[in-house]
Amino acid sequence: MKTVITAAGNNLSAAFDKRFGRAAWFCVYDHANGALVFEKNDFADAQGGAGTKVSELMVEWGVGKVISGDFGPKAKDLLDRFKVQMVVVEEDATVETLLERIKKS
Amino acid sequence: MARPRRLRKIVAPPRFKGYRPHGHQGLTGKPVELLYEEYEALKLADYDGLDHQAASQLMGVSRPTFARIYQSVRKKLALALVETRPLVAVYGNAWMDKSWFVCNSCKARYSVPEGVDGSRCALCGSSSVELIEP
Repeated sequence: MKTVITAAGNNLSAAFDKRFGRAAWFCVYDHANGALVFEKNDFADAQGGAGTKVSELMVEWGVGKVISGDFGPKAKDLLDRFKVQMVVVEEDATVETLLERIKKS
Repeated sequence: MARPRRLRKIVAPPRFKGYRPHGHQGLTGKPVELLYEEYEALKLADYDGLDHQAASQLMGVSRPTFARIYQSVRKKLALALVETRPLVAVYGNAWMDKSWFVCNSCKARYSVPEGVDGSRCALCGSSSVELIEP
């Protein structure tokens, strides 16, 4: 299973981005082999429908869990339908701290 | 303090708020509270015809616990019929596909899609979680 954390930058010390569809980067962690990849969000500056497009992207990547600060209604509906778990975190954190937390659990 | 009840997974809540006897003589008794999980147990075992083992796995509880819920719903239905008491559906200790949980230790909120265990926090793995009322 893969977990995605929305990030403001493309490294571990970057801040956690609380937007889902318009997050700058996605930190993709693969639980099976521990691989960590940062993917740029091409829809960050899209005119509209960023949440929908990013949700589709998550399904394409085979992501099982998304950690972000907030999900729009359309993104929520889509992720619900594709059985992707949503995790809402409201505290300010870096990608690294969140990643440590899911690795430990 | 007694251990809190593990929440039972409900696939579909009852589509009624209650039932009332009609055509009877004399007073109607106090309503019998039918919990969502009891309705679900009755549906899985008697309507869908599942055995208790399969039904308990669907609801995320052990087989003996399922048997207790099932026993309780039989008792309540019989009570309502014999004593001409109305039935009311109440929420009970249940969670559904659309439910969200909040973690008491890291304050994260998370959804629980099908096939995912909701009793542990999706972020920190803590088992101290609470259901957010739907």
